Amino acid sequence: MNQTEAFHRRIDAALHNDQLRRNFRSALTGIMARRAEQFPDDAQLQALRDQARAVRANALVRQPELLERLERQLTANGIQVHWAEGPDEANAIIHEILARADATSVVKGKSMVSEETGLNHYLEQRGIDVIESDLGEYIIQLAEEPPSHIVAPAIHKNRREVAELFHRFHPEIPYTDDIDQLTQTARAILRDRFATADAGISGVNFAVAETGTLCLVENEGNGRLSTTAPRVHIAITGVEKVIEKLSDVPPLLEILTKSATGQPITTYFNMISKPRQPGELDGPEAVHLVLLDNGRSRIRVDAELLDTLRCIRCGACINHCPVYVQLGGHAYGTVYPGPIGIALEPQRIGIDKVGTLTSACTLCGACGEVCPVRIPLPTLINRLRAEAVDGLRAGATVRGHGSLRKPREARLWGLWAALYGDPTRYRLFIWLASRLRWLTPPWLGAWTRYRSAPRPAARTLRELARDEGFRDE
Amino acid sequence: MTRPSTVYFYATCLVDLLYPRAGLAGMQLLRAADIEVILARGQTCCGQPAFNSGYRDEALAVARAQLDCLARDIPVIVPSGSCAGMLRHHWPELFAGEPDARRARDVAARTYELTEFLVDVLAVRLDDVGEPIRIAIHTSCSARREMGVADRIETLVGQLAGVEVLTQDRKAECCGFGGTFAVKQGDVSGAMVRDKTDALRATGAARVISQDCGCLMNIGGAFDHQGGGPRTQHIAEFLWERSGGNVR
Ligand code: SF4
Repeated sequence: MNQTEAFHRRIDAALHNDQLRRNFRSALTGIMARRAEQFPDDAQLQALRDQARAVRANALVRQPELLERLERQLTANGIQVHWAEGPDEANAIIHEILARADATSVVKGKSMVSEETGLNHYLEQRGIDVIESDLGEYIIQLAEEPPSHIVAPAIHKNRREVAELFHRFHPEIPYTDDIDQLTQTARAILRDRFATADAGISGVNFAVAETGTLCLVENEGNGRLSTTAPRVHIAITGVEKVIEKLSDVPPLLEILTKSATGQPITTYFNMISKPRQPGELDGPEAVHLVLLDNGRSRIRVDAELLDTLRCIRCGACINHCPVYVQLGGHAYGTVYPGPIGIALEPQRIGIDKVGTLTSACTLCGACGEVCPVRIPLPTLINRLRAEAVDGLRAGATVRGHGSLRKPREARLWGLWAALYGDPTRYRLFIWLASRLRWLTPPWLGAWTRYRSAPRPAARTLRELARDEGFRDE
Repeated sequence: MTRPSTVYFYATCLVDLLYPRAGLAGMQLLRAADIEVILARGQTCCGQPAFNSGYRDEALAVARAQLDCLARDIPVIVPSGSCAGMLRHHWPELFAGEPDARRARDVAARTYELTEFLVDVLAVRLDDVGEPIRIAIHTSCSARREMGVADRIETLVGQLAGVEVLTQDRKAECCGFGGTFAVKQGDVSGAMVRDKTDALRATGAARVISQDCGCLMNIGGAFDHQGGGPRTQHIAEFLWERSGGNVR
């Protein structure tokens, strides 16, 4: 099955799952309303977006220098830095750190980059016990599913589905679908794990080069516990997360939490700068940072595609996408779904693997309108469509470009251009269409499954205009 | 800009083929406001369908064929948010590095979406001669986001005393048209237009109007397929009908 057929199969499954679509519709409607409440003043929002965009754009332009500085600062602070080119290397590095520390049990905070590398699976295969400590991540770990959203990984499940899942795995606890009680159950289970785990693994939201500080934004306190209770903390993140200075953090943090969950600030904001110091009573004895490239350097060299890397993973584009709300995240089949997934994944993984995602977009612009760092997502997606069929007139740079070009489709566009590119032929075509309008096929493929077929008008605009005495020049 | 005496009307291929009455109404509105309207001869299509499908050479060939017929230094009025967006925002990108890039940028700079021109440049006043009616407005995504002119349609309709505007749920959400998206992702598009038609029908509006014929073709076609619903109509036709030509 090729990627397009596989994608259509997943889409079909999603569209036929009414419960799933109701879950997404209701969850996303709520998130969008909460975000909107945080930005009552449009001028202020636009100014904040400009600021956030500038911070991220500056960091990307100066990335090599900032990464060097980050490494120097972190090392000086006693945090060990590791560089990984691809997923396998990152996983091996983390496994090696765990093995050296004799660590066999891990609590994990939320990390999308570890989803890129398939870290949990890798460690479990090597006998390491991994438990997700973010409530949403914990739910999908029980269900053995990947995240369906980058901020709210279990957003596709409603309360009843979660209750059933908990009941299946913890039959000793009485069944309830009360959210507070479910949270308390998870909390009790996880508390114990925080206390006993050998190592904690987390992601990073911003890595500050100036001071060597790893910032972690979260709501449940699980991030703080994962990074402080076990004796070893390993953070993993993409190289693009580096920012220049501490004063860059406030604008990014503000727009991140408001855009992501509609919160003025999250419940927890962690700034990690050192392992436990002599005389201190808590904190990990060792802190490591794994910096993963995984295709990012390739993206960075293209002046237009570079914008993709400004992303701060707030998920707002996903929440506002009219296609995502119909399908949910799993239909995309990639780590990152929704608009940012469509823009990023074909670049990261290759158009020959996942380029077909670019078809799942109406270019409505809702994503670009809300992106806190002003990533022109529709422009990027349209650019990738051109890369996919080698229709870009100069400088294709994405891996697997041209692999979705189909001779039949290319011929059709050639015919279209020959017709619409020649005013004389075009006039004849329109005139014929208006005269032969009753011959329009009532069946136009996918169109007429949901709509009646459009019919050419009986007279062309030019004829009507002439009758009304308009000038034709 | 100052009020011009003459403008080009760039009808777009969809209006030409399927909605000529909408195009004619747009021209009549402009003429009633004392503007001389030229239906540029030789116009075909802005190139958007190919541009949004990745076929940029083909898009360029078609877009280039429009330059000659829009050569005079007068405004280009487009009765569609998405085609106006193509001319104004994407032609400069499409023509970048080409020998005629300057000409394309020049057209882009004098392109207006019809309601934008009626409100911003002509500041038209419309009288309402129709019976009371309740309508819903579907603002196209290009008119809303790319052109930023979604409120112009509200301004114009607001001048019509007998028209009550009802607001559908999720007004800003895309109707699922998206050009070739409706064919390439037919089922997703079908699910989207179902949600849109449900929301519009729930308002109880007798008519749905829009700045874009693509959305109208999608929404109207879906109503029809579902066995009926509010009548769909382009804003130009609606304004012309309601004002009975009383345009100042
Ligand atoms: S692309 Fe923009 S809106 Fe989407 S997740 Fe990234 S920062 Fe947020």
